[in-house]
Amino acid sequence: MKIYDAKPILIGLLIFVGFVSMPFWLHGGKVSPPPDPKLDTPAIQILEKKECVASKEYMRTSHMVILNDWRTQAVRNSKRFYVTAGGANYPASLQRACMKCHSNKAQFCDTCHNYIGLAPYCWDCHLPPKQETAQATK
Amino acid sequence: MDEKRRDFLKITGACVLGFSILPVLKVSAKQVTQPPEKRPAYKDHPKALHGKRWAMVVDVKRCQEQNKKGECRKCIEACHTIHNVPTIPSVKEMKWIWKENFEHSFPGTAHEFVPEEFKEGPFILLCNHCSNPPCVRVCPTKATFKRQDGIVMMDLHRCIGCRYCMAGCPFGARSFNWWDPKPYLTQMNYDYPIRRRGVVEKCTFCDERLAEGLLPACVEACPAKALVFGDLEDTASEVRRILSKRLSLRRKFELGTQPNVYYLV
Repeated sequence: MKIYDAKPILIGLLIFVGFVSMPFWLHGGKVSPPPDPKLDTPAIQILEKKECVASKEYMRTSHMVILNDWRTQAVRNSKRFYVTAGGANYPASLQRACMKCHSNKAQFCDTCHNYIGLAPYCWDCHLPPKQETAQATK
Repeated sequence: MDEKRRDFLKITGACVLGFSILPVLKVSAKQVTQPPEKRPAYKDHPKALHGKRWAMVVDVKRCQEQNKKGECRKCIEACHTIHNVPTIPSVKEMKWIWKENFEHSFPGTAHEFVPEEFKEGPFILLCNHCSNPPCVRVCPTKATFKRQDGIVMMDLHRCIGCRYCMAGCPFGARSFNWWDPKPYLTQMNYDYPIRRRGVVEKCTFCDERLAEGLLPACVEACPAKALVFGDLEDTASEVRRILSKRLSLRRKFELGTQPNVYYLV
């Protein structure tokens, strides 16, 4: 079997394969460490019962669903307070509920979002707590 | 044949009876099966203020007297710091509440013989939360809508920045974010969001404060108590009491938008 113009084709193929596999050989076959969101903020440490608005498993996979529900209820239905299954009362607000405990956006939210290459546009408008915003603008 | 007709009528009668008591059965069944309180649930704050037609009364004279003591911008500052409204010094400014003179506030009403002290005002202008809001009619995404309590609300997640509402509003109460507002904010309230480039914003009668039982920030901040907030549908409210006693003006009432901000003269 003879390939016409074998030389340029093979070189081209080699370059192509090289480009496609770049992520693998650039990292030397290493696996980047899985995200490790930190839960050790002062606000959480002083909590007696360390409980979020829903179970850990649910929050891991579906926190955006709760946030979207909160948004709809607060803005469209004027219901601005949320009672959890455990009976705790929270304002239905990212800034006034979530970020009060999870005041470490860089070590909490960003770890997973960066790991999967996600840039949620929440932060276009919603401000992380003061010290975090100050760090981000530096 | 006669027998069959008789049976048919009997069955029909039974069916009519059955369907007519069905709603009653449904209601009684619900009472038994439903748990007393479902969780998780959304709730109102125990102190939340509820109204049917929120309105504001601006006592122009009191405001003027306060201004004579020295330039007063307390209501504007309170509103704009709480809601993270940027200060942009150009025609593309952002404003939720602002000051104007008589001619600009009430075009067509002003004439050359208007009392001198009245001409300059200042008149405190803000979104009128009209009962017949043109901005809501023209919004293609329902990003701005009329709430049950009369507030013309902004849903900034839905706003696509088409600015139809700005063209529709005859009061200039809406501002468009031409830029990212962050560099123009000297201080930030970390309990309230900012806006992004490309959305329209305006006064919301402090709906987030009403939900917690607080009066709007401008009303609270006014040192002269020139701003009064209340429910027009409530006959015992202070706004109703004031409006029934004193003559008031509304901006551009002739356009039929039924504004809910009243100016005492």
